[in-house]
Amino acid sequence: MNFFTRKRSAENAKERLQLVLVHDRTDLTPAQLESLKDDLLIAISKYIEIDPEAVQIGLERDGRSQRLVADIPLRNVSRRHAG
Amino acid sequence: MTAQVITITSGKGGVGKTTAVANLATAIAADGKKVVCIDGDIGLRNLDVVMGLENRIVYDIVDVIEGRCKLKQAMIRDKHFPEMYLIPAAQTRDKNAVSPTDMIRICNDLRSDADFVIIDSPAGIERGFRNAIAAADRVIVVTNPEVSAVRDADRVVGILEAEEKGIPALILNRLNQALVRNNDMLSAEDVLDLLGIQLIGIVPEDESVIIGSNRGAPVVSDPKSRAGQAFRNIARRIQGQDVPFMDLDQQSGLWGAIQKLAGRK
Repeated sequence: MNFFTRKRSAENAKERLQLVLVHDRTDLTPAQLESLKDDLLIAISKYIEIDPEAVQIGLERDGRSQRLVADIPLRNVSRRHAG
Repeated sequence: MTAQVITITSGKGGVGKTTAVANLATAIAADGKKVVCIDGDIGLRNLDVVMGLENRIVYDIVDVIEGRCKLKQAMIRDKHFPEMYLIPAAQTRDKNAVSPTDMIRICNDLRSDADFVIIDSPAGIERGFRNAIAAADRVIVVTNPEVSAVRDADRVVGILEAEEKGIPALILNRLNQALVRNNDMLSAEDVLDLLGIQLIGIVPEDESVIIGSNRGAPVVSDPKSRAGQAFRNIARRIQGQDVPFMDLDQQSGLWGAIQKLAGRK
C-alpha cells in the first residue's frame, strides 16, 4: 500500500469500534436497526407525509449511554390542501 | 485494618491482567502495605509463576474452600516482601469448585488482616469472572489499544454497570507511543472516548515486562523500566495519591490531553 494514500489505521480502528460498540451495547444488529427504521417510517407515514429518502435514523453514543436519533423532514402539506 | 478488595479484569485474555496484578501488588507492598493476591483463574493457574512463587505452593484456594487447610496455610509469603501473599488457584478442571459466595467469604476473612486484596480475574465473562467480581469493592479493567481488546473491555464495563459494581477504572496496557504518533495505534484519548470510563494509568509497551516475568520478578522492582514506573504510579493512585500521568511523548501535548480526559484539568 502506498504510504501517502493509505488511511492511517488508527482512524479505521476507531471508526469500526464506534459502530461495533453501539451495536454491542444496544444488542441490536445493523439488520435489526434497518427493520426498526422501516417500521418507524411506516408508523409515521400513517399520520404525516414524509420524504423517506431524506430520513436519517441512527444510534449515537453519549459517554456510556446510547440514543436513537432520528431526523425526519416532513413534506409540505399545506400546498397539497391548497391544490 | 479493613482491606480494600480490588479485582483486575479485562474480558479478552492476554492483555496483561496477571502482569498488572503482580506489579501492582509488588508496588503496593513496597510502599509498606499488606497485600494479599488471589489467583482467580481456576484450572489455569499463572499468577504464581509471574510472581516467582511456583515452588512454594502447598495448598490452594480450593483446599481452603473444601476445608483441607486453613486460609493462612494457603497464603504463600513473597520472597522479597514479607507483607505480600499469594493465594494460588487450583489446577482442577472442575469449574464449579469456587462460587461467588466462597470468594466473598474468603475476602471478608482477609479484610481484617490486610490493606489490599487484589484478585486476578480469568479472561471471559463466565463463572470465574463472576467469582472474581463478587467480592470487589473496586474493579479495574485492563485493555490494550487494539480493536478486539477494546471491544471486550466494553462488554465487561457494561456487565459491571448492569451488576451495579460501578464504573471501573481503566489501565491501558502496552501502548506503543511511536505507533500512536504515526496514527497507527489507537491513542489513550481514543480508547477513553470509546469506552467512556476514567483512566487510572497508561503502561507503555516495554520489553522489560517479559524479562521480569521470565525471572518471576515483577518489573516494578526495576527502577529503570518505564512500565515499572507506570505501575508504581498506578499503585500510588490506588492508594489514593494524586500522581501526575507520565509524559509518554515529549513531542506532543498528549500529557496535557490525558490530564484533561482524566478530569485533572
